[in-house]
Amino acid sequence: MASVTASDVKKRFGQVTAVDGISLSVRYGEFLVLLGPSGCGKTTLLRIIAGLETPTSGEVLIDGEVVNELPPRARGIAMVFQSYGLYPHLTVWNNIAFPLKTQGTGREEIKRKVQWAAGLLGIDHLADRRPRQLSGGERQRVALARALVREPTVFLLDEPLSNLDAKLRASARSELKQFQQTVRTATIYVTHDQVEAMGMGDRIAVIDHGRLRQIGTPAEIYEHPADEFVASFLGTPPMNLIERDGGSLGFRPEAFLPKELLNGSALMEMSFRIDRMEYLGSERILYGGLDGRAAKREVTAKLPAHVALNGIRAGEWHAFAVRETELRYFDRAGLQVR
Amino acid sequence: MTAITAVGPRARNPRFLLDRADLIGPLLLAPAILYVFILVALPFVLALYYSVSAFTIFDPSYRFVGISNFVDVMRSDIFRRTLINTFVFTIGAQVIGLLLGKFAAMLLIKEFPGRGLARALVVLPWAVPVSLATLAWQWMFDSLYSVINWTLAAVGLISPDNHLQWLGQQDLAMLAVTVVHAWRLFPFGVVIFIAGFTSVPKDVLDAATVDGAGFWRRNYQIILPMIAPIVMIALIFGTVFTFTDLSVVYLLTKGGPMNGTQVLGSLAFQVGIMSGDVAHGAVICLFLFPFLLIAVVAVLRALRRREI
Repeated sequence: MASVTASDVKKRFGQVTAVDGISLSVRYGEFLVLLGPSGCGKTTLLRIIAGLETPTSGEVLIDGEVVNELPPRARGIAMVFQSYGLYPHLTVWNNIAFPLKTQGTGREEIKRKVQWAAGLLGIDHLADRRPRQLSGGERQRVALARALVREPTVFLLDEPLSNLDAKLRASARSELKQFQQTVRTATIYVTHDQVEAMGMGDRIAVIDHGRLRQIGTPAEIYEHPADEFVASFLGTPPMNLIERDGGSLGFRPEAFLPKELLNGSALMEMSFRIDRMEYLGSERILYGGLDGRAAKREVTAKLPAHVALNGIRAGEWHAFAVRETELRYFDRAGLQVR
Repeated sequence: MTAITAVGPRARNPRFLLDRADLIGPLLLAPAILYVFILVALPFVLALYYSVSAFTIFDPSYRFVGISNFVDVMRSDIFRRTLINTFVFTIGAQVIGLLLGKFAAMLLIKEFPGRGLARALVVLPWAVPVSLATLAWQWMFDSLYSVINWTLAAVGLISPDNHLQWLGQQDLAMLAVTVVHAWRLFPFGVVIFIAGFTSVPKDVLDAATVDGAGFWRRNYQIILPMIAPIVMIALIFGTVFTFTDLSVVYLLTKGGPMNGTQVLGSLAFQVGIMSGDVAHGAVICLFLFPFLLIAVVAVLRALRRREI
């Protein structure tokens, strides 16, 4: 039995279909990431699971029970919002206690639970502050503590790191993941950031235009993208796709290396015209094109910075190659052929 | 040396005169300072002076009489009645106007066809000149033609041959002027509350919903405390606007029947201007001041505490 199951969930806003028949399930204790570009319907799906939106059709099950008719408070969920949604007029303590007060929890019990949650997230010393006196990271922890005290079946997190600056985001990411592993509560995490998705998710559900494109572990998604969308959405730079027999041939930029660096026999050789190079410290990105039919599409190669650039110069051709095991084939419809 | 001489003429170039904050600042502030001085400070000092003199329009002497004018006024039954009326009028109009304003705002914030038109209609009492509007209200309260009486009779709340004398009976007349003023405040209340409601972030409301807050809790534990500063501003404005107002009373009842609906503004106008007893009129006016001062200071302090 799964913690949360969505079966064929659809949501239309007037003429716009935001969620177009998504089915997925989240296991107990699992960290599932909903990943997709902005406007793909991932937040709408999360809000449907939360009960903040009503699906046009389809069912949502939480803990084995159909919850379509239940209000958010009765679903056993807790949600952390993009801008945290803290109550600005209440102290940190009262923010965390609020969901317990609405449930009519006893005073002693509230005290115990708030202390426990605040302690777990290391914000006990902020109890008397108001949200505006807190930093972004502290606010996020208060929002998490407020979600935690409800002891939900599932956490729903809607881009909770997007309001933090880049440096803080990296540390918050690992803290959040650690926190989830401590409490072992199923978590659905919405993001458009593939680094967050890859780094945090036990599994990733890639969504585009309201449809589920692929669901799997980060490695599966990265190594074996189900279709061209997933292939070109993940990875920086994304997978190279070149035309071949009506379909496409894909290979990751880091697998596309100067021929002399690759040994073994099962190689596919290509002549690569380097147009420009970017030096990024730990690596170099080479942009250019191939000859022949594939010449139209830009191709990138990612070289570790320690690799010597023997004779590789912008404006020149060089023999590059890909191991055949690294090649992915997509058919005319853009689906991967195994 | 050359650098200094090069800068010199450019600084005096009249084209850049308006770029200098030390010149443009006082220049732009001057009208406001003049306004406050000529139209606020000067009349206030004049009123203070009149209040301790024996000045009437028939005997324009500035003879100093001490606090005897104040004693006269405070001994007067009409004045005490007026003071009570002013509070009833002010508080009553705020409560009715803002409360109805809140309910209307809650309706008008929802999406529905024709919302724009409904909002425009609600704001209409603001746009209508008070004299015209009061004329319409006078008809509605008229002893014979009163649409209110006809409606009450039609639904059986009063008997058709025993119409209420809205403007002829002191308590009913007081209710009438308060309701008319509340009607004038109502659009302001609506606008303030709509502005307040739209300023509450959606995330906060969603969080409250997920946290288990129902309609009442969301409204009175989340939304209202969050928009309290805005409502406080509306309250100050409405209180000052009502406390000093005389137009509704003057147009609807002229303070009658038998001074039953006099408020400070209308009484001061009647005594000081109509009857020409400027000194006593000034005293009545000055009674507005301490109450307004206390109200404004109290609300501003509350506002600072509540700042979020």
